[in-house]
Amino acid sequence: MKYDRILIRYGEISTKGRNRKNFIDKLRKSVKRVLHDFPEIKVEGQRDRMFVLLNDQPHEEIIERLKGVFGIQSFSPVLKVEKDLDTMKEKALQLIQKVYQEGDTFKITAKRADKSFALDTFGINQAFGAHILTNMPSISVDVKKPSINLVIEVRKEASYISCENIKGAVGLPAGSSGKGMLMLSGGIDSPVAGYLSMKRGIEVEAVHFYSPPFTSERSKQKVIDLAEKLSRINGGVALHIVPFTEIQQLIQKQIPDNYTMTTTRRLMLRITDALREKYQGLSIITGESLGQVASQTMESMYAINEVVSTPILRPLIMMDKADIIDIAQTIDTHDISIRPFEDCCTVFVPSSPKTKPKLEKVQHFESYTDFEPYIQKAVENTEKLVIMPNSNIEKEMEDLF
Amino acid sequence: MIYLDNSATTQPYKEVIDAFVKVSSTFFGNPSSLHGVGEKAEKLLQQARRQIAQLLKVKEKELLFTSGGTEGNNMAIKGIAKQYQHRGNHLITTTIEHPSVIETMKQLEKDGFEVTYLPVDGDGRISLDDLQVAIKEETILVSVMHVNNEIGTIQPIKAIGTLLKEYPKVFFHVDAVQSVGKVPLELYEFGIDACTMSSHKFHGLKGSGILYLRQGVSLTPLLAGGNQESELRSGTENTGGIVAMAKALRMTNDYFNSSSKLSHLMNEIRIALSEIEDVIIHTPIKETAPHILNFSVKGFKSEVFVHALEENDIYISTTSACSSKHAQASSTLLAMGIKEEIALSAVRVSLSYHTTADEVEKFIHEVKNTIFQLRKVMKA
Repeated sequence: MKYDRILIRYGEISTKGRNRKNFIDKLRKSVKRVLHDFPEIKVEGQRDRMFVLLNDQPHEEIIERLKGVFGIQSFSPVLKVEKDLDTMKEKALQLIQKVYQEGDTFKITAKRADKSFALDTFGINQAFGAHILTNMPSISVDVKKPSINLVIEVRKEASYISCENIKGAVGLPAGSSGKGMLMLSGGIDSPVAGYLSMKRGIEVEAVHFYSPPFTSERSKQKVIDLAEKLSRINGGVALHIVPFTEIQQLIQKQIPDNYTMTTTRRLMLRITDALREKYQGLSIITGESLGQVASQTMESMYAINEVVSTPILRPLIMMDKADIIDIAQTIDTHDISIRPFEDCCTVFVPSSPKTKPKLEKVQHFESYTDFEPYIQKAVENTEKLVIMPNSNIEKEMEDLF
Repeated sequence: MIYLDNSATTQPYKEVIDAFVKVSSTFFGNPSSLHGVGEKAEKLLQQARRQIAQLLKVKEKELLFTSGGTEGNNMAIKGIAKQYQHRGNHLITTTIEHPSVIETMKQLEKDGFEVTYLPVDGDGRISLDDLQVAIKEETILVSVMHVNNEIGTIQPIKAIGTLLKEYPKVFFHVDAVQSVGKVPLELYEFGIDACTMSSHKFHGLKGSGILYLRQGVSLTPLLAGGNQESELRSGTENTGGIVAMAKALRMTNDYFNSSSKLSHLMNEIRIALSEIEDVIIHTPIKETAPHILNFSVKGFKSEVFVHALEENDIYISTTSACSSKHAQASSTLLAMGIKEEIALSAVRVSLSYHTTADEVEKFIHEVKNTIFQLRKVMKA
């Protein structure tokens, strides 16, 4: 059986009032992007639903890809059938037989846009219901909680029949919420924070602090690999690599041991904020989870957050580690994150960082040094990479595979 | 040269050898080394694993690189048997497995394991009923080959996997050395827990292979050492061989997806041979791999026939290459109930995606000719 089109339902978007057009447009772009290698496919965005016209392309593959697109509530493959009652009944039966599993119940939802059609909705319900019940003795009707909802829509040009309702990835369409800078360390949490942000429609640009030779080329590679995984979600991710060695050495020299961590985070935040301004972002995203490490206590956050007024989004703030790990595994970043390379947060960790730093104290310690020129220099020398899906192999290696 | 012994080994693709040479000369670092040279090698390893995982539709961490089929089979069977022996000591396999399975089982029998060897029918296939009867409380592993290397029969792997889902304590190992790139192999869908593959059977190089180990299945390693490959297979990774294998698998997969050439050519051979008097075809028609055909020419020892064809630069095989140096009847054919005297005449042709229609035609011609010539000699 060949499906003709896929019907996409929006869910949350439809409540977005004036923004709706923008949302639908972004969603249409996302859908087109995941299906970019099927040029025959047409995507039609309407006010309250979207159609993917298959034009004979394989629906299985397309269904698989649509499952990962944010902003889709649910979708259904649809059969276009000529408006001949017998043909319609036969096709409807075939559809149900295809998805039927022992014990399933069904109901019929008829919509008749073409009022010239011989049967009204009641008539359609009755005719199709009878046809299915006679041919499938083991199925029964349940109008309240059916396992199969057979939707029959009669329009002017043809009738459309569907009975599968596939759950979408929900969330908001890629990029519909604007841009945010994700502080990507290489650990388990920050990629998850990035993923959840993308799910809410944020266009994520990642920022990584790199301190050679204290951290190796491999720790950088690890972050590139993580960014590559995130790039698969929306088709591409920018990654800013900030040279951080000089600042870290300066901190070690200027700040008392138990406050170096707090100052390090404050400076990272200032640099990230400068990058955000440069690239017109609206927020900073971190993988912080309350109380997880010394820098993520409320006291620490209070002392660190003070350096910026930009909203800091912390998608994981109230989540337990186990739940974060679960997400990391589903988005396939976990195994990259646990590769055992030092990153800039672990190399310079003092033996006993303050878990309850005082804002006045850190301000006081920092007041002896002018960090601003160093921050500007770091921002200027930041390397911007654009990571595309499956791009993590160098050119000279490509032809080996 | 007409090489029709592709079940023994295949000719590596030229591109595969090029990749091996480049990796071995340019990216020769040890993937475990911290410096940049090591990092490049590690990157190659990761990319190879990624590509193979995509082709096999499994997760990257479910793949362990080995030295080939024999190691993979030993590792899976001994490793799972030892790891889970507290659950039971009973293993099930078939009478027609490759020696690297059969002999492993025999070793385990000496270590106190009990092994059931399932019989096969006239087509060389086990029955699900036999399997179900053989499973008991102590059973921890069932090992069944996907495609038999001597006759090409496909075992009902999917049905076995489905049956074994009812026995959550029983692991399912499949020796897929002969099936990769030749018949559909869906590791998840078939319910396979461990699966052995070997690079040189799909135009890669000897000395590299894959053991698929489903996430959640553990095993006791055969080799102690530097804990490479998720701590399950120690030894510096054979980067060149592994990259070459990733390439060979991709290319073979492309052929597999785009060509039904093998079955066409094999069909021609089958039709031609079945018209020759005194030729008995052992490979069943249905549910067999498209690249293997096993047959006997009554009255001629297999060895004689193989050498006679060799004189015309055509290379086929007696039974499996591993055992063909011993002049014994194939145990697979005997297990199928074929008389020893017929089994002693059995030969095997095995095709590759590079086999041409011309080669097949010439082969058929020479088979007829050889039989005609040998007959004259034997009668004289």
